[in-house]
Amino acid sequence: MKRFTQLEVEMEGKVNVIVINIKDNVATALKPLKAGSRVSVEVQGHVEKIKLLSDIPMGHKFALKDMEEGEAVIKYGEPIGQSTARISQGEHVHVHNVVSQPRGGLR
Amino acid sequence: MNFQGYRRPDGKGGTRNYVLVIPSVGCSQGAAQAISRGFKGVIYLPNILGCGQMGDDPMLIKKTLVGFGTNPNVFAILIVGLGCEHLSVEEIAKGIAPTGKRVEAISIQDVGGTRKTVALGKRIVKEMLEDGAKLNREPIPLSELIVGTECGGSDYTSGLASNPAVGVASDMLVAEGATVLLSETPELIGAEHLLAKRAKTPEIAKQVLDAVAWWENKAIAAGQNIRESDPSPGNIAGGITTLEEKSLGCIYKAGTGPLEEVITYASHPTKKGLVYMDTPAHDIEQLTGMVAGGAQVALFTTGRGTPLGSPIAPVIKITGNRNTFLKMRDNTDIDVSKILQGKETVRSAGERIFEEIISVASGKITKAEKQGQRDFSLFKINMNI
Repeated sequence: MKRFTQLEVEMEGKVNVIVINIKDNVATALKPLKAGSRVSVEVQGHVEKIKLLSDIPMGHKFALKDMEEGEAVIKYGEPIGQSTARISQGEHVHVHNVVSQPRGGLR
Repeated sequence: MNFQGYRRPDGKGGTRNYVLVIPSVGCSQGAAQAISRGFKGVIYLPNILGCGQMGDDPMLIKKTLVGFGTNPNVFAILIVGLGCEHLSVEEIAKGIAPTGKRVEAISIQDVGGTRKTVALGKRIVKEMLEDGAKLNREPIPLSELIVGTECGGSDYTSGLASNPAVGVASDMLVAEGATVLLSETPELIGAEHLLAKRAKTPEIAKQVLDAVAWWENKAIAAGQNIRESDPSPGNIAGGITTLEEKSLGCIYKAGTGPLEEVITYASHPTKKGLVYMDTPAHDIEQLTGMVAGGAQVALFTTGRGTPLGSPIAPVIKITGNRNTFLKMRDNTDIDVSKILQGKETVRSAGERIFEEIISVASGKITKAEKQGQRDFSLFKINMNI
């Protein structure tokens, strides 16, 4: 299993998944993925098989690890928002469970 | 390296050779449009402002219209006014005059009605066209190019494929001594710290952060949380969750070089290399600002597809989404979707974009030009009075 660097794409079997940065706690699906299927991805240095808990539309993200409510969601190695609920490994990560980080007197 | 361009009297290099008709005010827009009608190579700007603005807006409008006149893609300029407006035709002509290009100014109230104005205007632009046709393209160093970058209709492929590929092209342009413009400040939110870190001096870093703060505070004062309206519904359907995610994907366009300068809307860069222009994220206003600042070519990445173009600058459309490329072939110039299939490197896609910039700068027609997309919208801050 090769180590992911920025913008390298895993092409294992029929599954296309991209993890952009080693710090990321989400991966992006490069094709529609079905709930219950297993994808092989590298999570912070370790190769893991992750069981998807939801259908993941193409281009959408799923969690590489369990996240507590209020935790920073990391993509591109940078925070893209924070979770509004507990998110389990393999769960769809999107507007239903992530918001922008609070700043400027706004939520 | 060179492109084949048109040398202007002020030494600058154009990628196109247009005659531009600028209405100084909305009241003369109809006449300006009528003058340009029927001539290939004569472009009119659909400006509806020029009278009844306040605060910084009259300055912004004048700066943008003058900027289109001074842009090296324009050979000669006819300004058409009404006669009683705040922004006079003479003021605009004075702003363009230092380029040494031919500038004429006429007003409907002076000439005596629309019919006579249109007839006079047509005589003038016909002369200008004939003179422009005598000019040939000649080799001009790439270092004289100002290339605008923009993204619109983004989806997950923008941050993963098309923007990083444009980043490679940006680095190649900067290595040639060219100027690359990054802009759209509201879509810097969440990524501004990364751009600020690349600033040449602490002052430039502060200008980046101040620009973002200005937009956020302006929106808050209007009761709007920018992060609730951006990303757009289309962005969200395409997999983008938050504005930070969109912004982090967005700044890949700027490549990896140091940030040399921050300039205001429609201003001309004074430095080569990567320059940041503080503009709205509104696609047309952003493009208009960069072209007014002297951009002779623009790169426009899209995930979901967009038809937009500029009145006087070729806009190269690039997508990392294969479906979008297939569905919107008549709008999209370059397909970099093989990056996400693992069949092309970002580097190789960036090199293709760089080659396309040289071809387009030398006269190759873009899809937006083929479709006649000449979108124009001025950025202003206040209501009209």
